Amino acid sequence: MPEIEIPRFKFGFDQKNGGVGQGDGDKAGQGKKAGNKEGDKALEAEFTTEELAELLGEELGLPKIEPKGANNIKKKVVRYDTLGTTGPDSLKNLKKTLLNSIKRQIASGEYDPKNPKFLPRKKDFRYRSFTEHYEYDSAATVFYVMDVSGSMGETQKEMARSASFWINTWLKANYKDINIRYIIHDSTAKEVDEKTFFSTKESGGTLISSAYKLLKNIITSEDIRDNIYIFQYSDGDNWGSEDDKACVEILKDFLLKVSNLFGYSQTVSRFGSGNFGKVLKNIKHDDLIIENINSRSDIIKSIKGLLGSGK
Amino acid sequence: MAKIYNIPPELQKLQERVEKIAKDYGLDCYRTVFQMCDNDAINTLAARGGFPQRYPHWQFGMNYNQFHNQSKYGWGKIYEMVINNDPCYAYLLNTNSMMDQKLVMAHVMGHNDFFKNNDWFAPTDKDMMNTMATHATKITKYMKKYGQDRVESFIDSVLSLENLVSVSELFETPELKRSRKENNERLQKNINKTKLKIHDEALKEILKNDKKVKKEEGVSLNKIKKPTADVLGFLAKNAPLETWESDIVSMIRAEAYYYIPQGMTKIMNEGWASFWHSEIMTKHLLEGSDEVFAFANTHASVMYMPEQGFNPYKIGLEIFRDIKERWDKGRFGPEYMMCDDLYEKDNWDTGAGLGMEKIFQVRKIYNDVGFINEFFTKELCEKQKMFVYKTDPSTGRVYKDSSDFPKIKESLLNQLANGGNPIIKAVDSNFNNAGELLLVHTHHGVGLDDKYIKATLESLYRIWKRPIHLETKDSSGKKIVHKHIPKK
Repeated sequence: MPEIEIPRFKFGFDQKNGGVGQGDGDKAGQGKKAGNKEGDKALEAEFTTEELAELLGEELGLPKIEPKGANNIKKKVVRYDTLGTTGPDSLKNLKKTLLNSIKRQIASGEYDPKNPKFLPRKKDFRYRSFTEHYEYDSAATVFYVMDVSGSMGETQKEMARSASFWINTWLKANYKDINIRYIIHDSTAKEVDEKTFFSTKESGGTLISSAYKLLKNIITSEDIRDNIYIFQYSDGDNWGSEDDKACVEILKDFLLKVSNLFGYSQTVSRFGSGNFGKVLKNIKHDDLIIENINSRSDIIKSIKGLLGSGK
Repeated sequence: MAKIYNIPPELQKLQERVEKIAKDYGLDCYRTVFQMCDNDAINTLAARGGFPQRYPHWQFGMNYNQFHNQSKYGWGKIYEMVINNDPCYAYLLNTNSMMDQKLVMAHVMGHNDFFKNNDWFAPTDKDMMNTMATHATKITKYMKKYGQDRVESFIDSVLSLENLVSVSELFETPELKRSRKENNERLQKNINKTKLKIHDEALKEILKNDKKVKKEEGVSLNKIKKPTADVLGFLAKNAPLETWESDIVSMIRAEAYYYIPQGMTKIMNEGWASFWHSEIMTKHLLEGSDEVFAFANTHASVMYMPEQGFNPYKIGLEIFRDIKERWDKGRFGPEYMMCDDLYEKDNWDTGAGLGMEKIFQVRKIYNDVGFINEFFTKELCEKQKMFVYKTDPSTGRVYKDSSDFPKIKESLLNQLANGGNPIIKAVDSNFNNAGELLLVHTHHGVGLDDKYIKATLESLYRIWKRPIHLETKDSSGKKIVHKHIPKK
């Protein structure tokens, strides 16, 4: 059983002193160990996803996200964080009252440190008082877009899946309400559920623009005004420069404008040229982040890259 | 959800019955408050040393996890828990059968009587329920004020010195009185300081004087007049600690002293309680053959003695029974001792009938060391087939070393001396004339475990804040000094 020992001065295990047992004693030690040697210790830990997100944030130094979407619910809250000159007795702040009283006495020269008298007057009294603040309850919609064309292998999907778990954990910790949507595409795009998203293997060509069109369609038709996050996983293989151009257009004109963050992660593929990544690099937009995932160890780095901007 | 509730009416009736029987036997108990717990509640209580309220600290969570897993996988079950307090609190597990509850109640009567009448328990805090709760409140407050991590890691350091206390200190009432007085004076001083502080603050605001008043900090150069094994008490008084810190040291020390008598009388206490549960159960409470069988089963599992281990319930019970028999039959005194005729000795019975009287006397004035020393006889040892085992260092194989009575007794007494803790005294608080602390381990043949020395010295350093020296002997009997001098 896992155990952390508090260090204390104890007697050492001394060969001279085994201990006292009882019984016939003939069976003693048949292949058994004494039990006063240290056992193997392992740490067993249970985490909630909130704690996990906190750890992730600490480890990667992720900044807290500042929501920018329109669908933030404004809420009035009251906080007792100031002092006032009037108020009920139960909210009296004695320390400040006393301080004021002494200040006044010192200023007027009445104060005698050897014989201090605390005689607060009415204007010395201070009471805890409130101010009104506004808080926002925020919501986010996250889109995952994955290329499921023949060129994306199992390993690539596996990496996308790990990365998406961590991203979700982090976003869930930052938003009250989070809505996750999955889109897959080869030469056509469709919205699917999580299970399908990670298990589908299609074949055929790749038209990334199909996914972008679908995204645009969903966002406009459903009038999504949350904080929108789009994460795309692709091997960077697109069908021709025509389509590249179409993609850039939709990105610039629409997707980058409505979303908080557009994260493009490119995995290495067996035959992919990885050209689409380069195309995106030329756009140079603050909300567009491009990461390369070459191996498993890059996943955590890519998460830092994607979420490190605090958007 | 952990649940604690009052016992149902049928158990209340049972309690009255058991109490009546116990009283008729001459057991003298505090009022007993029985409470019913579910499994989770009893694990929680056990994890907190039996008290519903303890200060927040990770060790209790860890303990809980262990008890929880233990009960989950069926490795162990806690039938009952008794708290040395007035009134005496006793917790029953709600899944116990009626027979179990009878047994446990009878057992609790034994413990309760022992808490009230054994002399070693006399100086313990009989309002410990409240004291523990007060400690919890105070430490929680400190955590809010100074930060949980800071306070908790300070507690870690203090807990690591928890066993550096002295049994004799328990009874030095004038000394305790004086320390309480000193502590009060110290607190008063601090209250005065706080008053002045408000004045200072006001002055500062008015004069906009930002010169910082440098806090006086330094090691007290009080020479130790007499080496003391009460290292915790020494530190509470003399280490350069803030008020809250020395308060925490004092609280943890008080808790350690509360538990000392229980450690000193484990065999007797459990033996006494087992003696009474079997006496009361077999003569008064068992009804029908089902219960007799169930009782025999539970009793046997409580008395189980592992081959490489030691069951205080079993040994304690056997010794008490042996004493009773010997004094009933008059097998004591010079006449019996001098008798050479084995046959005569075996059948010795003067019909003295002093057994009951003797065991009540023994439960009053002895602790485990005296109990074993005086009443663990060669005859008993042979009857119980006890032996000393050793571990072969090369193979880790355990083997029976000896059934030689003196060896067995010596080994037992060694385990019990000073509650199984090494005797370590604070000897010099101005060692090297540099405010360093010198501790000396009084070596009785068994060395200290190297594994823990370094970390424990570090804990001491965190409290004393000056280098620490620990003098002890290695396995060949050569003097060695362990040091903790932090790098600058």
